[in-house]
Amino acid sequence: MNSDEPPTQMLDPRQSQTPKPSQVSPAAGAHSRANVRDGLAVKLEKLRAFYGVAEQVKGIDLDFHANEVTAIIGPSGCGKSTMVRCINRMHEEVPGARAEGKVLLDDFDIYDPSVDVVAVRRAIGMVFQKPNPFPTMSVFDNVAAGLRLASRGRGDLQHKVETALRGAGLWEEVKDRLSEPGAGLSGGQQQRLCIARSLAVEPEVILMDEPCSALDPIATLKIEELIDQLKLRVTIVIVTHNMQQAARVADRTAFMLSGELVEVGPTQQIFTNPSDSRTEEYVTGKFG
Amino acid sequence: MSTNAQMLERFSVSPGRRRKDRIARNSIMLATAIALVPLALIIYYLLSKGLGSWSVDFFTTDPTGNTFFASSSIGGIKSAILGTIEIVALASALAVPLGLGVAVWLVEYGKSSRFAQTVRFFVDVLTGVPSIMFGLFIYIALIVGTGSSYAAYKGAFALALLMLPVVTRSAEVVLLLVPGSLRESALALGAAALEVIFRIVLPTAAPGLVTGVLLAVARAAGETAPLLFTAGATLKTNFNLSGFMNSLPMQIYTDVTSPTTAVVNRAWGAALTLVVMILLLNLVARLLARRSSLG
Repeated sequence: MNSDEPPTQMLDPRQSQTPKPSQVSPAAGAHSRANVRDGLAVKLEKLRAFYGVAEQVKGIDLDFHANEVTAIIGPSGCGKSTMVRCINRMHEEVPGARAEGKVLLDDFDIYDPSVDVVAVRRAIGMVFQKPNPFPTMSVFDNVAAGLRLASRGRGDLQHKVETALRGAGLWEEVKDRLSEPGAGLSGGQQQRLCIARSLAVEPEVILMDEPCSALDPIATLKIEELIDQLKLRVTIVIVTHNMQQAARVADRTAFMLSGELVEVGPTQQIFTNPSDSRTEEYVTGKFG
Repeated sequence: MSTNAQMLERFSVSPGRRRKDRIARNSIMLATAIALVPLALIIYYLLSKGLGSWSVDFFTTDPTGNTFFASSSIGGIKSAILGTIEIVALASALAVPLGLGVAVWLVEYGKSSRFAQTVRFFVDVLTGVPSIMFGLFIYIALIVGTGSSYAAYKGAFALALLMLPVVTRSAEVVLLLVPGSLRESALALGAAALEVIFRIVLPTAAPGLVTGVLLAVARAAGETAPLLFTAGATLKTNFNLSGFMNSLPMQIYTDVTSPTTAVVNRAWGAALTLVVMILLLNLVARLLARRSSLG
């Protein structure tokens, strides 16, 4: 991690302005103290996901610990994204797709028939592969979109937007251009805007589906730093193709293959001493 | 080892290809020029014959009905201009929301279901129906069927039927262009399906929707056939939508067959007016659409 530090300080304008309480608790964390909400644990029980008759996720049991970052790795088409999209019930938006089994949010099954999917998605936010700010909206409106769409009242929209943008480490960069189109930001800024957008509705869990695969290394680094700060407030599940990224950001890592969970454990262990030979082959680059 | 000359020969364009390129370019330009000829001629004739009859009186007086006596005035086209605006406005008020609604349903809900495919098929059929058929349908349903007489709103109904498939089809194409990822991220923020449609999909598609609606409005404004035996023909300006109403296409239709030169010239003036009105509407809508997509 030592090699990462010089660019960090160069790139983050906040670091020079804050009195630096300590290196580990950065400014964004401090700003959002006011509404710190502990993340919630997520538990998958025999989760199966289908597209029509094709079974893409074949019965997974997996725990995501509260306020930890869990990385999902595995070769293309192994069902990582599908599995993650089941967690906030986005999977079922695909025509012909359905899921079976349980997803427990703090012991509450979000697949219970009485559950309102809209409420689930407010509790479990999502950041997608490609940055996708709403093209007709300004920076401010993009962040406020979730609050407005969810009809959470107009109360102190200004404050909530600022908090979310600070939380996403974007405030200093965009505070003077809040009324400019969100699509005018750079790719990395757009992705942090999307993170701010999902933070604004104050979810307990954030799912990230390859959030950096469309970004350059410097923008990627900023997102990774952000993930480190965000886990103080939320539980994070991140799908990634990049094993170095998993190693850098994740507390725990799960390896998936052909729709099945091969193994899950502390990141260190998965990368240095996996118990399954298939995991070892994958993390050492023998296939995938 | 190759010499410079050899390299030059290898990488230079051969005379044959140069010739082919020139022929292709010229024929494409010729085709474009030929296609522009009728357009230029139409504009030329409209301006040269129509501008002459424009005057303040032309826009501020109703036609008098006098077409034979050079001693008295033939009047202007005020009633036709206002009639066209009234009838087309009512037709748009009916067809635009309905057409957009059908398009939204097709894209967001119907998708490729059998019912949606059936709806698409009939919308396509409706697009191909000759405009006089809409007039006939309204004539039979609302005039013969009810034993009542011509009325402006019946003409507007006929025009609305004509506009409906145009609005629906163009809106559907534009709505399909809105990236699915925007719908997804709105859903993932906890938006309900209706909110996604009204707050994300429609605003994103707005400029394209406006263009489609304008096409339909322009087409309806220029139609004579659906109005022939639905709205009737009259001379006086009328703001009562259940009475007879004049319109620009009807005015042109009756004037152009007149043996009197002044009356034929009034038809040209009316035609130019119609074209200018549609052009203005286009400009205004485009400005509005541009502003909304930036704001």
